[in-house]
Parts: sequence; C-alpha cells; structure tokens
Amino acid sequence: MAGGKGRGIAAFTFNIDALGITRGSMPETARGPRALFPDMEYKPGPLKAGEDEDYMLALKQEMRGTMKRLPYNIPLPEKKGDVERYKEKYTRSGQKEVANDWTPDWTRLPKELMPQKKKVKKKPEVKKKSKKETKEEKEELLTRLDELEKKDGEPDEEKEGKKKGEGEEDEEELEAEEYDEEEVEEENDYISSYFDNGEEFGGGSDDNMDEATY
Amino acid sequence: MTQQEVRLCGLLLQEHFGEVVEKVAVHLLRTGAQTLRGIAQETSTPLDLVKKSLCVLAQHGMCEFRRGRRGPAGAVEYLATSERILRILRYPRYIYTAKTLYGDTGELIVEEVLQRGHMTMSGSVKTVADRLTHNMEEGRSMDYSEVVTAFSKLVETHFIQRCPPVADVGAAPPAAGPGAQAAPAAPPSPADSHPERYTLPHVKLTGRGKRRHPSEESEGEQRGAKRAKMDTSESSGDTGIYWQVNFDRFHQHFRDQAIVSAVASKLDQTSSEIVRTMLRMSEVTTTPTAACTQPLSANEIFRALPPSYSITRPVLEQYLSLLVDDPMEFVGKSGESGGGMYVVNLHKALATLSRATLESVVQERFGSRSARIFRLLLRKRHLEQKQVEDFAMIPAKEAKDMLYTLLSENLVQLQEIPKTPDHAPSRTFYLYTVNPLPTARLLLQHCYKAVGNLMERRQYETKENKRLLEKSQRIEAILASLQASGAEPSQLTEVEEMITAPERQQLQALRHHVNKLDSSENQVDETIFLLESYINSTQTSR
Repeated sequence: MAGGKGRGIAAFTFNIDALGITRGSMPETARGPRALFPDMEYKPGPLKAGEDEDYMLALKQEMRGTMKRLPYNIPLPEKKGDVERYKEKYTRSGQKEVANDWTPDWTRLPKELMPQKKKVKKKPEVKKKSKKETKEEKEELLTRLDELEKKDGEPDEEKEGKKKGEGEEDEEELEAEEYDEEEVEEENDYISSYFDNGEEFGGGSDDNMDEATY
Repeated sequence: MTQQEVRLCGLLLQEHFGEVVEKVAVHLLRTGAQTLRGIAQETSTPLDLVKKSLCVLAQHGMCEFRRGRRGPAGAVEYLATSERILRILRYPRYIYTAKTLYGDTGELIVEEVLQRGHMTMSGSVKTVADRLTHNMEEGRSMDYSEVVTAFSKLVETHFIQRCPPVADVGAAPPAAGPGAQAAPAAPPSPADSHPERYTLPHVKLTGRGKRRHPSEESEGEQRGAKRAKMDTSESSGDTGIYWQVNFDRFHQHFRDQAIVSAVASKLDQTSSEIVRTMLRMSEVTTTPTAACTQPLSANEIFRALPPSYSITRPVLEQYLSLLVDDPMEFVGKSGESGGGMYVVNLHKALATLSRATLESVVQERFGSRSARIFRLLLRKRHLEQKQVEDFAMIPAKEAKDMLYTLLSENLVQLQEIPKTPDHAPSRTFYLYTVNPLPTARLLLQHCYKAVGNLMERRQYETKENKRLLEKSQRIEAILASLQASGAEPSQLTEVEEMITAPERQQLQALRHHVNKLDSSENQVDETIFLLESYINSTQTSR
C-alpha cells in the first residue's frame, strides 16, 4: 500500500483485465476545476439579421436611453464629497428638475407611501425643524437651569468665587447637572443592589457605611 | 423564483430604474411580501427612497400591495412580480409589433405606455401627437384625432387595456370615476366620447409644439414640464382612467405568429395562410389560455379566407386534411359537421415548437449525433443504453460518451428499475429518458442566465470605454452646435479630428460589440418567450 504507484490496482483481489478495463479506457484524471471559458466544440450559429432585428435593436437602445432620463429612474443618493465642486451645482439642479416632474396618482397607491414624501421634497421644512429644535432646546435649557438653580443653590454658593463668565457658568452648570445625574443613578444602583445585604446585617450599618466612604 | 431570474430582474431594473429600485425589488423578490418598514430596515435604505422606489414599481405594475396578514388594519405588504419585471426584456418586441400592426402612431402609443407604466388616454394622445409633430416637417402637425383612432384601434383589439381598479388599501379617498369598475380582461368601450374632447385643444397645443426648439435634451424637460402643467390645469375628463399594455394579448399574437411561420416553413405558404385565417377568426372568441381554438367549419374558413389568396374550396379541403395528417398536429379535426370542423391545437403547437427548440439546442451544443440520440429518446421515451447505441446507429463507445455528456448536463434523465430489491447493478434496468417539461425549464434558466451574462458583458464593455464614449458624445454635441451656428467646414473637420483614428476604431468596435450583445438579448428573448409559453400552457391544461 505504501508503494504509491499502482496502489489502487493492487487493492483488487482479482485480475482487472478480466473485466475488460485497461489503462487506456480509464478516463483522464481531472485536474482542478474546469476552465472558466472552455473551448467550444461547436461554434454558435450567427444571429438573425434583417430589418426587423435592426429596428428592434434600435428600439432597445433608444428605450434604454429614454428610461434613464425619465423620472422613474431614481439616482443613487449622492455621497457628500469632501469639497463642494463647481460642477455639482449644475448637475444637481438638472437632476432635480427631472425628478420633480412626476407625481404619481395617489389614489392608486397605499397612503403610507404618500405623505412624508412631500416633506422630503420641500427643503425649507428641514430648516424649520432645526429651528424648532433649537427653540425647544433653549426652553429645555432654561427650565433645566431654573431647576438647577433651585436644587444646587447651596453648593453653588460655595463655589461662586471660581466663576469667571456667564457662558462658562452655563457650561459648568450643565456639567454639574450631568455629574449629579450620574451620582444619583449610582447611588440608586448602589442602594438597590445593597438593599438585601443590608437587611441581613442589620438596619443601621448602611448609613454608617455611606458616611464612612464619603 | 430562481437565482438566475432574480439576477436578471436586478440587472433589468438597474438599467431602467436605477440602483435604488433594483435594491428594493431584489430584496422583495428574495424575501417575498414585506412591509415598508421591513424593506427600509433590511436594505438599509432611507425610507423616502424606498417609498419612491415602491411608487416607481407600482406605477409600472411590477409590485403589488395588499393588506397584511393581520387583517384589514395590518400594515400594507409589498410584493414584487418577477414575471412583470422580466417583460422589460421584451419591450422592443411589443413596440415593434405595434408598429407593424398600427404604424408609427401605434408604435409611439405603446412605447409611451410602456415607458410610463400606465397613463391616461389624454396624456398618451397628447404626448404621441407632440412627438409625431416634432418629427414632421416644419409647418405640419399631427392631428389628435388620428392618434385617438390609433389608440382606440389598439384598445379594440385588446392590445391596450385599462388598469384594473386598485383594491382599497388605505389609499387616499377613491376619486376613481368610471375607470374603477372596468374589468381588466375585457377592456371597456374604447372611450367613444374622447375624440370630440381632444379635437378642441388640438389647435392650441400644436401651436405650442411648434415653438419648441429642437435641441434634444431641453426639449425633453420642457415637454415634461408642459405635460405636468397640462395634467393639473385642464382635466380631459379621463383623470383616474389609466391604460396599460395587455401583455397577454401581445403574447397571443407572438404565439400565433410562431405557429403560422412554423407551418409556413414545414409545409408551404398557402397552408400557413389558412392557419393564419383560422387563428384570426378565433382571435377574439378564444381565451388566451385555451388549449385549442373554437371549432371552425370548413365552410366558415372558406368564407373568411381573403379573396387575394385565390384558394378554391376543394383545394382548401385538401390542405386542411393535409394539415390534420401532418405529424406536427397543429390543426386537428373535431367533427364532421359543416364540411368538417377544424381547430388549431394551440398547446400542442407550443409543445412541438418548444420540443424543436430543445432539439436544436442539443444539436448546436453537442453536435448532430447527440441530437440524434436526444430525438430518439424523445420518441421512444425509455431506452436502455444498449438500445440507444443500436437504434442511433452510433458506435458504442461514442454513443456512451454522448449519452453521458447529455446526462451530466441534465438534458437526459436516468431511471433505475431494479429486478431485485437489493439494487444490484447487474440485476437492474437502467433506462434513459427525456422529460420535455423539466428540460424546457432547465433551458429557460439557461436562457435567463445567458441574458444576464450578455447584459453584464455589455455593461462591462461600456464601462471600460466610458471615457471614450463621453468624449465622442461631447464632440458630437459641439459639432451639432457648430453646424447650427453655420460654422465653416474647416472648423468642423478640425473638431472632428479631435477623435484620433485609433479612438475612432475603438469606438466602432465597441459599437459593433454592443449592437451584437443587444441583438443577442432580443433574440434569446424569443426563445424565452417560447419556453415560457410552453411551460405556462402545461400548467393551465392540468
């Protein structure tokens, strides 16, 4: 078996020639995958040619051209380039004109396809949104600041000496608020996770522990 | 839905509607019905783009929508229809058929409707009239009424039909008037009242059409803008009534043509004319999926024959009996009354035609001797290897080789019939057989793959030579503008020489290749049509 050559033949207990199989009749061993473009034994026949075929060819190519220009052809959303290029101004405006050309008959389409599409088309709304957001943000900020003033009135008074400007004050307060939230959360977590253990050891120890850590 | 079909659908959509639509539709094809959110999430495409794509697909009838499985309040689900998407491949043939039947006007009407998926009659008439006017000489214009007659002819012969009414799936309040109750199978009366309405705006519109300037691109935009304006400003009384191309009717026509031409090449011209007459007589009375036409008596056929053929009654009867006796069995005899009742066996004809296609494919790919084996198996159904060798009269070794090649290509199937339950090879019959239907399906998949490959190759060729193509386009534009401004010939030649000789050669080669690939796509589609109709016919007859 270790001889390598002729190993397969030696495995049979009878004479293979008796079956009529000789070396020549074995198929050629396959070497790797077949070629991607194997030689064709039979060449393909010619295409039909004639007036009909030529006309249909022209139609096909024309169709392809016009379909590209119709509004049904949705261009890929442009990736925002690093730099605004001069030509983009013109290519974009051209595309928009084509794209806006078509409004489907909404009676034939599900409602969910319709309404928000218009919002997307109107650009100014996006701006409005951002304005609204800023207003809301401002309001939020103000309310937050008010709350913070009420809450953190005492500790802030201690630090008043360090304040430099109004702008920085806001930021600091915001930061302080964030820290506060985190602390509150941590305290809550701490308590809830520690609650069971506290009962086992006795009521008063919890408070003592807290005081000790601070 | 196979991989090849999905791939071909994707390529077709990408070429005609862009990559976004392709992405959405391919996702729908792969996963089946989906909700809007689901599509947007799984394709990671912005929601508004998905909506737009679905609108495009719905406009072209390539996607359906319905209330979801969770009852009437459920989310709307979308479903892409691959058959409809694959029809894009056949657009040139539809348009060409319309041209041969109804001239340029018919051609343009069908073209416009195909390009836009569906459109109102007024819209299509206006656009077509504008386009025809544009192609005419200065000072002449196309009359709307002519377009309207062409349109109504197309409708009368069922080549164009109204879009079926949409089931109410949360659509905006249905403003659909008379269009809503129109059945898709039987197109309604072809808008009798329209001619009067369209003759009126005609004068005004052609006046506008004349003022347009012939620079191609701006013209397209202007036209689009104009139409948009017109659609909103003046309602022509048919808003909400949309028309679409009736593909089944076209397919019926293609099928009839195929049968007629097969008869013509097998027998002769006269018999093909007889079959053509029979098919034409039963065109309207026979349903598209019927296995054979309504029985026609020899008398009726004789009366319906156009006098120009000059076929006498006895000659007709001889021809009919000849057709009935022919092994193709395109024409069958269903009774003796009325001088003999005759039918055209549509399904049998399709089966024969697709069988001939299979045979010729085997012949072209594996040679005539393999085709002989293939035909032999088709005729004798089941044969043992030894019998194949003997009947085909091919030396055993070669026959074995061919048979095994066919077997490995799945064109031939092998059936084992063991004599004993142990499946011992020495006590088993090995029968070779050809099943036409699965083989036709296999071939159809090959065709889809072939078209996909052709398209990919074409896109590759164009991509490789993109720079060159753009350059030649630019130079052509410059030339056109120079010519319009009346430049000197020396200037023109100077511009022309900006494309060097080797570049010109390259361009020519590219054009040749692209033409060839495009033509191949068209012609593979003819095979696809035949195989599809055959497969469909077997499904309906069961």
